[in-house]
Amino acid sequence: MRAFIVAVFAFLYLPIALVVLFSFNAGRHASELTGLSTQWYGKALSNPFLIEALKNSLFIATTSAFLAAVIGTAAALGLARVGLRTRAIFDALLGAAIVVPGVVIGIATLVALVQLFGAVNPVLASIWPGDTAPRLALGYGSIIAAHGLFSMALVSMIVRTRLATLDRSLVEASSDLYATPFTTFRSIVLPQVMPAIVAGFLLAFTFSFDDFIVAFFVAGSQTTLPIYVFASIRRGVTPEINAIATLVLCASVLMVLLAQLLLRKRTRSH
Amino acid sequence: MTTAPIPDIEFRGVAKRYGAVTAVSGINLTVPPAAFVALLGPSGCGKTTCLRMIGGFEQPSEGQVLIRGNDMAGTPPYRRPVNMVFQQYALFPHLDVENNVSYGLRQQRPRLSAREISLKAGEALAMVQLAGYGRRKIHELSGGQQQRVALARALVNKPAVLLLDEPLAALDKKLRTDMQIELQNLQRELGITFVLVTHDQEEALSMSDFVCVMNRGSIVQVGEPSEIYHEPADLFVADFVGKTNLLTGKVTGSSGASVDVRLADGSMISARSRGNLVAGQDISVSLRPEALRLEAPGDGALKGIVRNRIFLGSTAEYAIEVPALGTLMATSSHQAALGGLFEPGEPVAIGFADGAPLAFPADTKNGQKQRETKDVEIVS
Repeated sequence: MRAFIVAVFAFLYLPIALVVLFSFNAGRHASELTGLSTQWYGKALSNPFLIEALKNSLFIATTSAFLAAVIGTAAALGLARVGLRTRAIFDALLGAAIVVPGVVIGIATLVALVQLFGAVNPVLASIWPGDTAPRLALGYGSIIAAHGLFSMALVSMIVRTRLATLDRSLVEASSDLYATPFTTFRSIVLPQVMPAIVAGFLLAFTFSFDDFIVAFFVAGSQTTLPIYVFASIRRGVTPEINAIATLVLCASVLMVLLAQLLLRKRTRSH
Repeated sequence: MTTAPIPDIEFRGVAKRYGAVTAVSGINLTVPPAAFVALLGPSGCGKTTCLRMIGGFEQPSEGQVLIRGNDMAGTPPYRRPVNMVFQQYALFPHLDVENNVSYGLRQQRPRLSAREISLKAGEALAMVQLAGYGRRKIHELSGGQQQRVALARALVNKPAVLLLDEPLAALDKKLRTDMQIELQNLQRELGITFVLVTHDQEEALSMSDFVCVMNRGSIVQVGEPSEIYHEPADLFVADFVGKTNLLTGKVTGSSGASVDVRLADGSMISARSRGNLVAGQDISVSLRPEALRLEAPGDGALKGIVRNRIFLGSTAEYAIEVPALGTLMATSSHQAALGGLFEPGEPVAIGFADGAPLAFPADTKNGQKQRETKDVEIVS
């Protein structure tokens, strides 16, 4: 049994460990280790295409995570007030959004957006007062929308869990002490669920930052970091790719750890 | 003064239903200004529902709740001049003690100055003997201290009525006694009406000016503590408030306010009649343990054998087995003082003053639910 567990973990983590190890490779081939060096990190960080892709990814991840945090929290708060049946339906839909494979989300979003653009663009052109009407197209916006949609479900689930453990009598006490519903929300409910919202934001950010599949479908001509890595690999795996992967790995692990910490801290102090 | 003062709280024909379930119905209650009222009853009797309707957390399905003469229908909790001490205190965990206490003050419009707020909060904390605790976190406080913070947080707003939802239930016995005295003192000093919800009859009797006994969604009796204890309106009140012995019997005849009763063991006694009793009716007779007088065999109305005795210093408690009537509890003070203690196994006669037994229509549903807990095991 123990050997089996070791095998499972080795299978899961050995490739990742190899990527990290080979990112410190002094040689120029990804397959043979010829000494240790950090030169590939320097090389990666001075690559203008890579920096461009990284900036794109950071912008998309931040924006989509922010949107997801706001809309997801609003959804969670709204769901706390509706009837049992409505809530069950929404819970099922949110759960479905999380388990649907990325490929399906990617294709579905692509088809939906293309259809939408096809319908909206002629209308926009006909009513636009100037000469050159703006055309809606795939790009930043569509990646943010696709990522935000998925992440919103994630955030609202996390916030829902936190709301469920929120002591109802705190809200009543605030109301009893002359606070209007808005003040109660701002000074009691929001501080209580804030760690969950931030944790949701961090997870949403991580998801968007790492995502290749959905972005690949709806990116149009834009390049995100995972798309850049994928494109580079087709020209051969270099230690530079390993260095990038290691950096992304570190950032993601850090975010998820932070999120976990936030979610745990609150439950303990209560 | 030609008119009666406006009552602080008034229930007019109030009912509350949740779907098909009726929580309370037919509630009529008037609470005069500056009174200490206890809503007493077993769990599920509707006392908390009544309190929450005063606070505004529940809306009556029927009837009106008035605070200082104003109908509160549709008025949300944050516009009602009442404050509540919640059962688990409901202190805000992310705020320190002072910010908890000043929470209500900060909602006031026009706004109070920061100086005024901190001054008032400080006074309130001093009032509950927590001066200097303002910067503490809530989870750093003991249960008793949290209770005081909850009290200060409510009283700092000078409400017309303070609502207390089983405030002492979570405290240990010693603290509870201290807080009972403190609450009484606060109520007298501040002259604010306190409405206390409790299932603890001792607490209700010892603290309040008026006790409102509730059972199964209705008010059974309202009166001063001594009235509730000595003149219970029905079998439920007699059994729920204080300890009592319930004896079964049949009415054989009546004369005015008293009835002649043949008890289950065949002995004849006279009891004060509570309710309309007619000859031949099955009844229950309530006899308080302290009303029983233990005598040498041959004198008293009932005969029994001492089963157990607990010597308590100033008093002694006996469990006496009376054939066909069961085990009776007797609390005797003078015998203990005179050293005339009866020993377990000794036959005794039981006497009581005229007027001590109260006769109620027998009710198999009401009043019997406390029976099991009353039959405490006594070891000698």
